[in-house]
Amino acid sequence: MAEKKLLSGNEAIARGAFEAGVTVGTGYPGTPSTEILESLTTYPGIYTEWSVNEKVAFEVAMGAALSGARCLLTMKHVGLNVAADPLFTASYTGIKGGLVLANADDPAMHSSQNEQDNRHYAYAAKVPMLEPSDCQEAKDFTVFAYNLSETYDTPVILRTVTRLSHSLGVVEIEESPSREREIEGFRRNLKKYVMIPGHARARHVVVEERMKRLEKDVNGFSINKMEIADSNIGFITSGIVDTYVREVFPDASVLKLGCVNPLPGEMIREFFGRVKKVSVVEELDPFIELRIRAMGLQVEGKKYYPVTGELTPDLVRKPFQGEAALTVKTAKKGLENRISLPPRPPSLCPGCPHREFFKIARKLGLIVTGDIGCYTLGVLPPYNAMDTCVEMGGSIGHAQGIEIAGGKPEGTGVVAVIGDSTFAHSGITGLLNAAYNGRRSLIVVLDNSTTAMTGMQPNPLSGQRINGEETVRLDYIKLALAFGMNEENVRIVDAYRPKEIEEALTSLLESKRLSLLVVQGLCIILKKRRRKAG
Amino acid sequence: MGNIFNILMVGVGGQGIIMASDIVSLTAMYGGRDVKKSEIHGMSQRGGSVFSHIRIGEKVHSPLIAAGEADILFSLEEMETLRWIGYANEKSIIICMKTRINPAMVEEYPAGIEEEIKRASPKACFIDPEPLRKEIGNAKFLNVALIGLLSGFVDFNEDCWEKAIREKVPEDTFEGNWNAFHTGKKLYREAFE
Repeated sequence: MAEKKLLSGNEAIARGAFEAGVTVGTGYPGTPSTEILESLTTYPGIYTEWSVNEKVAFEVAMGAALSGARCLLTMKHVGLNVAADPLFTASYTGIKGGLVLANADDPAMHSSQNEQDNRHYAYAAKVPMLEPSDCQEAKDFTVFAYNLSETYDTPVILRTVTRLSHSLGVVEIEESPSREREIEGFRRNLKKYVMIPGHARARHVVVEERMKRLEKDVNGFSINKMEIADSNIGFITSGIVDTYVREVFPDASVLKLGCVNPLPGEMIREFFGRVKKVSVVEELDPFIELRIRAMGLQVEGKKYYPVTGELTPDLVRKPFQGEAALTVKTAKKGLENRISLPPRPPSLCPGCPHREFFKIARKLGLIVTGDIGCYTLGVLPPYNAMDTCVEMGGSIGHAQGIEIAGGKPEGTGVVAVIGDSTFAHSGITGLLNAAYNGRRSLIVVLDNSTTAMTGMQPNPLSGQRINGEETVRLDYIKLALAFGMNEENVRIVDAYRPKEIEEALTSLLESKRLSLLVVQGLCIILKKRRRKAG
Repeated sequence: MGNIFNILMVGVGGQGIIMASDIVSLTAMYGGRDVKKSEIHGMSQRGGSVFSHIRIGEKVHSPLIAAGEADILFSLEEMETLRWIGYANEKSIIICMKTRINPAMVEEYPAGIEEEIKRASPKACFIDPEPLRKEIGNAKFLNVALIGLLSGFVDFNEDCWEKAIREKVPEDTFEGNWNAFHTGKKLYREAFE
């Protein structure tokens, strides 16, 4: 019996994983992917964890998959850069229990530092990639992905984008899905799981054969759909843009690709045989267009659409407005505003514990290498107190590079700033590098006891796990001492005591030794929530 | 209701746009319609501009409303009404709560906002939140009161609204919210019937 629910794309993926019998879910929070794992925690019989970073999340999921459990792995697009290493070799080892990576791209960079197109990862790592168009498909494709993963013994990437992850739609769910699956446990298989060169060479051949088999079989997958209506113009679509094409060209022929790697070549050729002119509508890179051109077919796509930002129904319509051979649904004329309005940029919350540090950093004229999190907003007015921001955990390495290069940096000193979750994610290795190589950097952890930017997920500095269970809290001082740092160069101060912060900053900089300053203050949103909960 | 009915809800991070739009979407589903909703959250929650597209019909494809195609522009803040006014057309219903929130770093609220909204859409409806707040007794129920007002423009029976509100608000606040919903409905009858 099917029941209707209103679910977000992310919730629908979690629901699909539950219905598919998943028993392990791992990930690292990152907008817009975060709610997938959070939603998975609400189902019974599933182990979930926030791992310290995406690479570790992948490794944990892979270990469970190699034991025969079905696993869901979640991260945002840039997270896969961190987890790319295990991904490429998991493609060689295979999985045993279904392993699905739900990976969320962020076209238009609503909350990201770049807008990379992760379809390239599927192609490069030689793993299948599915792309749902709406919330119902997000659920259905997830279930499909587990069967695909096990049939072809491969990890499968389920790609979503912000516009799908954070949209809400009606989804038919299985009320009581059968989740019974026997988990065999790990069985030794050296030639498959130990990727020394001799074994890996043989596995690469298996990977290529698997892709060949997939390239043939993908033409029969139910998730690819060809609808022939008008024979003059046809569109090739996938993912969320399919809904825009249907919206603005109600009578057009459409080949909708549920699987974007590998592409269904035979289906594509058939479509070209039935429609005179074919255009690809795709967000970001010309991924599908270039592969169709490589098949020797004439196709248009990026000629009409930008490689930056999100597509919208309006943008999809524009190049085809007035096209005689096509029904184009036009929009009404919008009202006009003649006043120029000030923008409303995001800013640090009133009462945020990070504020004092940024005020002082600017006052002291420090060069601040920055990182990813709420505190990145320290770059905006009124603080203007951050000078670099590239990737999770990057600030600590950047500060070391500035020190090594020498010259005269324009500020009065260089400090690396990083949040608590980010420090655990990949800051610790940067700190170890500084200790090992004898650097004199000053590293500041702005610790608000949570991963605030993505919505208050706990991390190894919070003392809690994903389900609120109490756990170990990393001890900064012991960690620094284990790295061989001097005791007097590790300080923990209160985020609301500006004098202490300033004194610590100046004296640690003057010490000319590797230093760690932890500025601690509970996230103001978390504080309010806890007060409410009593 | 025509083929597809589009509601654009806008405001500032923290005003409760997301919960309000969830209630409307759920009501549509309980009313037997297809519905899609799209919003952006994340960084914008930190005091930024927040919007939520709701599309209701027999079969909805895109979760996004095209510019000029909103049947209702429902706004919780004056400046945000104007920022998104291009999504409305001359026939659209515009409901604007008379609340002014300065963006970060802006000392003085820009002048002439209300006049410009009235010029662009002479039938725009402005709601003063103060008397409403007094009548419902709790500022936290204000959004649900406005949803009561909105309910006058969309054809769903009260059971659907009740089920959706019950599902979305904290259990112990249901009575207060449900009363607020009816206060909003009354406001609709006074102002529009």
